[in-house]
Amino acid sequence: MDRFIEIKNLVKLYFGHGFFDRNRLAVRAVDNVSLGIHRNTVFGLVGESGCGKSTLARAILYLDPPTSGEVWFDGTLLGGLSVNEIRTFRKRMQIVFQDPNSALNPKMRIEESLAEGLINRGVTAKARTARIEKLLDLVGIAPALRGRYPHEFSGGQKQRIVVARALTMEPDFLALDEPVSNLDVSIQAQIINLLLDLKQELSLTYLFISHDLNLVAYVSDQIGVMYNGKLVELASADEMMANPCHPYTMKLFSSVPGKQAIDGPTANGNIGAVREKLPSRPSDCCLYADQCSIADRGCRHAQPDLHEIRKEHYVACFKI
Amino acid sequence: MSRLLEIKNLDVSFEQEQGLARALRGVDFLLSSGETHALVGESGSGKTVTSMAIMGLLPIPPGKINQGEILFQGKNLLMLTESEKRILRGKEIGMIFQEPAKYLNPAYKIGEQIAETLMTHFQTDRKAATQQALEFLHLVGLGKNKRVLGSYPHELSGGMKQRAMIAMAICCHPALLIADEPTTALDVTLQLQILRLIHRLKRKFTMGILFISHDLGVVNEISDKISVIYAGKIVESATKNQLFENPLHPYTKLLLLSIPDAAKRGTRLRVIPGTVPDAEHIPAGCSFHPRCPLAEDICHGEIPASIDYDSGHFAACHFVGKKWIDSSK
Repeated sequence: MDRFIEIKNLVKLYFGHGFFDRNRLAVRAVDNVSLGIHRNTVFGLVGESGCGKSTLARAILYLDPPTSGEVWFDGTLLGGLSVNEIRTFRKRMQIVFQDPNSALNPKMRIEESLAEGLINRGVTAKARTARIEKLLDLVGIAPALRGRYPHEFSGGQKQRIVVARALTMEPDFLALDEPVSNLDVSIQAQIINLLLDLKQELSLTYLFISHDLNLVAYVSDQIGVMYNGKLVELASADEMMANPCHPYTMKLFSSVPGKQAIDGPTANGNIGAVREKLPSRPSDCCLYADQCSIADRGCRHAQPDLHEIRKEHYVACFKI
Repeated sequence: MSRLLEIKNLDVSFEQEQGLARALRGVDFLLSSGETHALVGESGSGKTVTSMAIMGLLPIPPGKINQGEILFQGKNLLMLTESEKRILRGKEIGMIFQEPAKYLNPAYKIGEQIAETLMTHFQTDRKAATQQALEFLHLVGLGKNKRVLGSYPHELSGGMKQRAMIAMAICCHPALLIADEPTTALDVTLQLQILRLIHRLKRKFTMGILFISHDLGVVNEISDKISVIYAGKIVESATKNQLFENPLHPYTKLLLLSIPDAAKRGTRLRVIPGTVPDAEHIPAGCSFHPRCPLAEDICHGEIPASIDYDSGHFAACHFVGKKWIDSSK
């Protein structure tokens, strides 16, 4: 299979604000991440809040251009394009955000929201209307409702509209940043089914970001686990669920509700899980070492890199 | 086990510009002492209104309690005066909320906030209260040093704030703890720790816990009994095992089926069509009938009564046991 999206050594740093702080490194949000996404598959990215999942998605789309590293999109190096070229190119990649309430402009009718991208591309009014009606129909919103405002729709309907808007430019790639976390349980399944249907019909490729492991395991073909800006484990979904190897992955998996006895240890007196800020400097130790149950002195003197332990199964840990 | 909290036919509505919102439409609920009873439902189903009614924190008006009673250790909470309620809140009934950041006072140190509760309810002097606060912080896993005691809420992370709030809620040894989505704002690894902490404290102090959540996975982890609420009415109530192994109400069945899981890969998720009705437009008859695959004419007109099907397994549906035709495929 060809690699549709290829990311090599992607780094995203954030610097301090103001004249005096502008060279002071504040956060190492994404640290040397490399991964590949095959055409028409779903890459699931899991990790706790603040681990850099969303930053990675934004960097891939060049919404926040990465500090260093390469993003290859279907054979094109995005870093080699000018700002204008990126803008044109971006119609092939779109993003869907977590909260549909804040993603839609409350003062625009939904047809206006959907038309914006098409107007920028110079699509005629007649073709625009036809396309919008077709898209709304595709996501399960009656096209007759296109003149309504966002507040007249429920949360699930709004998320459908956001998906339709992301599809107006006929993209090949969608970054889905927690697309169902803000929705009710009974609505989540509707949106997930819709996304998987669309993927088949329009042969889309997804980067699916979520903190919900059950969900990621259900939708993804490949799963990457992120911790503190680094990718710590990467494998196919089946392999990841059967053989999680990195201690952090195992901890994450065992924390899924319903998987472990409630009578287990409560980590009394241990506030280790209450993580402090992301480290701003590349410390020369494994970032997980302080919380790891199997870490030894070696883990505190060098950073582990991703290495292949089985076919297509990569882990960044010295002890595996 | 004795009856700690009993809610009988509680009916709450809110007067609004758009019309009358019927938040609760006759909720019946029983919580025995030392038991964790989960109230599960989607947003807008009336979970939080129930907890606010128990605490006496409903804004009246626009809220209105039309009928029903809330019996706590035999006393009807709805008949108490404001000062009687104030003694009860915090001392007999503790509460933890979804977003600890919102409910901790940003201008006071954690230690002061816990000590204040103790001083109000037990007339302890400040020094002894601070000492006790330190012990409670240790109990919830925030260490025995004074660092957290002297910290302001913004200096703590989300998980630490939630622990501090739990310490505050249990410092007067309440008989009942209401936990309103205590882990929703937390990461999965922290979530498990907080659930275990609540569970352990329940054992230690033999508290009854009313655990409010929308997440069936979390509920499966912590509760003894589960009540499922839909559009202001309890549709099913059972022990944890009864509910997960043999759900009777179609809403519960569909909810359980619609949860994504690695084992369901490659298959389509079962979907509940339509959306949750808002409190102004609750359908007549069984409120679930527009979304229900089993619905027949009787469901449009008649509200089903809650019937005991299997030693304490209550469900409110006209067609419990009716053959299930899966039309999703």
